[in-house]
Amino acid sequence: MRIRRVALTALCALSVAGAAFVTYALLTVGDGRESNAPQPAVAGAPASITDPLMRGEYLARAADCIACHTIPGQMPFSGGVAFRMPFGTIYSSNITADRETGIGAWNDDEFVRALHAGVGRSGEPLYPAFPYTSYTALSRNDILAIKAYLFSVPVAHVPAKQNKLAFPFNQRWGLSLWNALFLRKERFRSVQGKSDAWNRGAYLATALGHCNECHTPRNRFYALEHDREFAGEVLQGWKAYNITSDETYGVGSWTGQQLSDYLGKGHASGRGTASGPMGEVVENSLQYLTQDDIKALVTYLRDVKPQIGERGSELNDRPPRALASTADTPGADEMGHGDLGLQLFERGCAGCHLWNGGGRQNEAARLLGAPAVNDPDADNLTQVVLQGSHLQTAHNEGFMPSFGGAYSDAELAALGNFVLEHFGGKQGKLTAEVVAKRRTP
Amino acid sequence: MHLVCQISDRSPMIELNVNGKVRDYDVDPSMPLLWFLRDVANLTGTKYGCGIALCGACTVHLDGQAVRSCVTPVAAAVGRKVTTVEGVVDDGIGRAVQAAWQKLDVVQCGYCQSGQIMSAAALLRTNTQPSDAAIDAAMSGNVCRCAAYVRIRAAIHEAAATLGG
Amino acid sequence: MTESAGEILIVNESRRRFLQGMGGLALGIYTGAALADQGQAALRAASEEPRVIHFEPNAFVRVGSDNTVTVVSKHLEMGQGTYTGLATLLAEELDADWGQVRVEGAPADVTRYKNSLLGLQGTGGSTAMANSFDQMRRAGAVARAMLVAAAAHEWRVPAESITVDSGWLYAKGHKASFGQLAVKAARQPVPQEVALKDPKDFKLIGQSKLHRKDHIDKTNGTALFTQDYKLPEMLVAVVMHPRRFGSVPKAINSVRARAVANVVEVVQFSGYKTARFSGVAVLAKNSWAARCGRDALEIDWDESQAFKLGSAEILAQYKDMAGREGLVARKEGAAAAAFAATRVRLIEAEYELPYLAHAPMEPMNCLVRLGDGRCEIWNGEQLQTADQAAIAALLNIPAKNVLLHQLYAGGSFGRRANPSADYLLEAVSIARAAWDKGVRVPIKLMWTREEDTRGGYYRPASYHRAKLALDGDGKLIAWQHRVVTQSIIKGTAFESFAIKDGIDGLSVEGIADMAYEVPNLRVELSTPDNIGVPVLSWRSVGHSANAFVSEGLVDEAAAVAGRDPYRYRRDMLTKAPRLKRVLDVVASKARWEEPLKPGSPGERRGRGIAVHEAFNTYVAQVAEVTVKSNGGFKVDRVVCAVDCGLAINPDVIVAQMQGGIGFGLAAALHGAITLRGGVVDQSNFHEYIPMRIDEMPSVEVHIEPSAEKPTGVGEVGVPPIAPAVVNALYSATGRRIRTLPIARQLTRSAG
Repeated sequence: MRIRRVALTALCALSVAGAAFVTYALLTVGDGRESNAPQPAVAGAPASITDPLMRGEYLARAADCIACHTIPGQMPFSGGVAFRMPFGTIYSSNITADRETGIGAWNDDEFVRALHAGVGRSGEPLYPAFPYTSYTALSRNDILAIKAYLFSVPVAHVPAKQNKLAFPFNQRWGLSLWNALFLRKERFRSVQGKSDAWNRGAYLATALGHCNECHTPRNRFYALEHDREFAGEVLQGWKAYNITSDETYGVGSWTGQQLSDYLGKGHASGRGTASGPMGEVVENSLQYLTQDDIKALVTYLRDVKPQIGERGSELNDRPPRALASTADTPGADEMGHGDLGLQLFERGCAGCHLWNGGGRQNEAARLLGAPAVNDPDADNLTQVVLQGSHLQTAHNEGFMPSFGGAYSDAELAALGNFVLEHFGGKQGKLTAEVVAKRRTP
Repeated sequence: MHLVCQISDRSPMIELNVNGKVRDYDVDPSMPLLWFLRDVANLTGTKYGCGIALCGACTVHLDGQAVRSCVTPVAAAVGRKVTTVEGVVDDGIGRAVQAAWQKLDVVQCGYCQSGQIMSAAALLRTNTQPSDAAIDAAMSGNVCRCAAYVRIRAAIHEAAATLGG
Repeated sequence: MTESAGEILIVNESRRRFLQGMGGLALGIYTGAALADQGQAALRAASEEPRVIHFEPNAFVRVGSDNTVTVVSKHLEMGQGTYTGLATLLAEELDADWGQVRVEGAPADVTRYKNSLLGLQGTGGSTAMANSFDQMRRAGAVARAMLVAAAAHEWRVPAESITVDSGWLYAKGHKASFGQLAVKAARQPVPQEVALKDPKDFKLIGQSKLHRKDHIDKTNGTALFTQDYKLPEMLVAVVMHPRRFGSVPKAINSVRARAVANVVEVVQFSGYKTARFSGVAVLAKNSWAARCGRDALEIDWDESQAFKLGSAEILAQYKDMAGREGLVARKEGAAAAAFAATRVRLIEAEYELPYLAHAPMEPMNCLVRLGDGRCEIWNGEQLQTADQAAIAALLNIPAKNVLLHQLYAGGSFGRRANPSADYLLEAVSIARAAWDKGVRVPIKLMWTREEDTRGGYYRPASYHRAKLALDGDGKLIAWQHRVVTQSIIKGTAFESFAIKDGIDGLSVEGIADMAYEVPNLRVELSTPDNIGVPVLSWRSVGHSANAFVSEGLVDEAAAVAGRDPYRYRRDMLTKAPRLKRVLDVVASKARWEEPLKPGSPGERRGRGIAVHEAFNTYVAQVAEVTVKSNGGFKVDRVVCAVDCGLAINPDVIVAQMQGGIGFGLAAALHGAITLRGGVVDQSNFHEYIPMRIDEMPSVEVHIEPSAEKPTGVGEVGVPPIAPAVVNALYSATGRRIRTLPIARQLTRSAG
């Protein structure tokens, strides 16, 4: 009897609390909090850029709006890019100034609120594929500069595509609960005791560049695990690596030059080439940052709390087999065993990738020291071989054909395992089944 | 997919060392070395087969290292020594390779053979007595649609024997 | 013909019959300058080089006062050794020194350079040596006779007392070189009858040590392919083709293309009658600029008439067609009744073969120079008469005003011999469009590898449905075979020659004409008429696919019968002695009847055999394979026996067997052109996978000694290798492969 009464009371209390929480979530979802907070000193575009629209363009590049809002070959910012999430597929919106299909009818407050609170014009929550969890830190001024820039680009009349989400994920109001739990609606504030460069780098990384959104692990609720910031995550088939300052598992062993080259040019000598989504980040965003801003990013990154990665993925840029090889042949011990992976490499890969790890014609093809060949999970290695890679910046061009079309899953698995062993000293775990799954991540 | 064309607006004269001759050329630095050699320097021994470094017909040497000139911009050759099939016989290894190719009548249509010779010469520079597995590793980047492979292999062994004894 | 400045040609036109009665002498002198072309072939100023006078007794040879012997080859040199072979025949009877002989391509002139086996001027069907054997020998003998007559006249000795050896003539107290007697020889009457050597006196024919005539220039970068040939003011044209066959440009935006530095013009070319290739070409001063300009084109295509089926639909259609009776290509006995007999064991099998690209190392190209009422072409020219006619028709000029200069071809495998003359007409269309815009310079059309792979004119895909019956003793008593495949000849100018009663013989060669004695045989052909993928002959033509099927099926029958595959075949070849002979030779040389050396632990080894006749040459091959535990395999060794009649250049024959085996193996392992929605999936070598040196087996070739008339070897090495390998894989694994390409079928199921 008493147990029943206690249980009933607890249930009531929980229901009341739950209802209160839901009510709270629904009521506050559209509140961006402190949207008029003062502009932090380290926010904004570099002082060397004076024209307002060009400042807006700079900030839009730093925030990399174009990548998620433009289907390759279509009009810039016209939306329609598909995001395959664990809970379904959603499509980005048209953010040109078309009144009917874009954001032409939005006023300033609505646009600011979208980035600060993650809600649409009518207050409906947006899916966190849109990184408002990072953009929430942006200053109002910066958001409005971006808006002004977006309103200056050619208008595209492109209606939105329908999201493909199953119940209950298609219930937008549910996102308000998620926001209430996981969205910290706070503007960026400089950290006392850190240099201006550090703070600028923090603003660039965590607010504008929203690096966390790819590089920080997510929990089962798809929320960022802030105690493991930048420790790495796999998204849409690609692994965004651990970029903490850990020397073994992160970028702690990279020199400042390597870091700034990788960010600004897409290739770091001895540390590999940006491919896939990160390649696009360099092409669309980072290559346009000023030298000072790149330096600031590097300053910040070097100070990120080290996080340990998975055992077996330690960076090894002196793997024995590559060192035993010449440019044109592997070591004597490795040859002549009929290893399928080695055979595939000598046919289709050695034309650009030297056996001893260098690039034959282009430094972008250097494999020694590249994170992709040191990760036994081989997510990125698989994707690069399947899709190819094409990095085109003002400084650099690297091009690699795609091999997914004609090669079988078993062949690509064998090739990947060979590359991991030869260039990273790692035991690969690829199988045909894994490769098959990765063709449609 | 293909290598994207970039053509610069301005084209200052570029100094290049081709087969031991150094001179200035009026050429876009982003032009692939292959097309510079064929169209500007008028050395047509180096061939176009695929344009994406998968067939080896365009193989030349940069400082003795075999490279696929179809994906090497002219800019990358500045300050380095370019050797083509027309100049490979300037050293003993190249001469031995060419002699072996001629002795064994390796060629059929011959279109790939400039690249084969260049890759073979580069191999013999670092591996004077290559095994069959080493030949596989170093030469599988050079496609021969006539499949003259049996004789290519034999000629490399022949050249190695001539050089090494 | 082309001459360098400083050469003078003395021509005896006396081969023509109408001069016969006059003793056959006509003398013409051409000065070099009038005919000189300013091409890239090395020219020296007239003042630098002494004047060379040539004596030209016929269309096939010139002997120079500088002691060079120039053989004029009516056949294309595309790797298969025609230049060497034709020169050997002529030099043999001429008694020239091999070192003084050089070879050049013949101009287009079907009256002098017809391929007597094809009925036109062209190279194909492995006919070069067969149709030239007597002709070239006679040509050399005629020249020799005239040199001897000149010496006899000069030395006042009887002709019979003169001996000729290695470019020198000797008589008691006299000697003179060819060069020294050239001018005098030209004044001699051209003999109408000449004696040819007895084969036992051959010095060059049959000699293994003879070097190819192109082994120097192809190893020092000086050999000229179409890709290399240049003319002053020449522009390079790179084209954009549609994705789907049969599309035409609807809207063209060439603004960005024209803005590329060194781009001179952009022209649209229309497809000719078949409208398969309409497109746009960018003309530029160098190749890279043309390529960059082409990449900057924006074209909207009208695909309303385009072909839109994919490989899956095509195969489904073929399977459906095979369910119905086709046209009967061969009928012996009564197969249907035999199937119904009691105590027969039946085999029912479906075989599928894909489209194949030729993929020569030199992508398609063609150099055109238009003039008033004339057209000059430099090309790795393979089908002169058809090309001449097609270009003449397009330009509405007489065929004789279409001059074709034959260069080396960087491989062809049949691609350059297109009755539709596709790439030539494309080049000429572009040149004419440019001409109309005031751009009146030579134009070199240059396809990229992507255009070449996607450009169609493939070896047709085929589907086979076969039913075989074995009697109680395992003997093959009935074979019913339905072939469904596109015709490569239908719709071309050659249709009436090859298609009889609706049957394209090229679609069923290798099956309908099989030598095996099967008492009840029925071969039917169904030819679709709705498949808009252009098709063409590919090295060994119908045999390329059909030998795979027939030699696979015979092997399947042997397995069902529990018989050894070699003996099983042998028993059915009692009426084909030459075929049986090469089968016996290969079995003996491969030690077929001894156990196969085992592999390492975990490896399985197997051996397979195949025998086939094509173009009157007989080939048998044994392939040995090693299969690894992960399903990967290597073809370790191939033993090949060939009977091609009299072996003119044994070393070339060995090379052609090695090359044909490699070419056929490449296709068997990896070759496939596939389509989806009418769009070809493959573009370059990352998708159309070539075979590389690490997959090439060792190859031993045994040439069957023969005094029979020589037949060709350029193609026949290809058909047997795919079935030999598949039969070997069966012997190693027990798995029968009926679809090509092989490679992924075994590794797909592996771990």
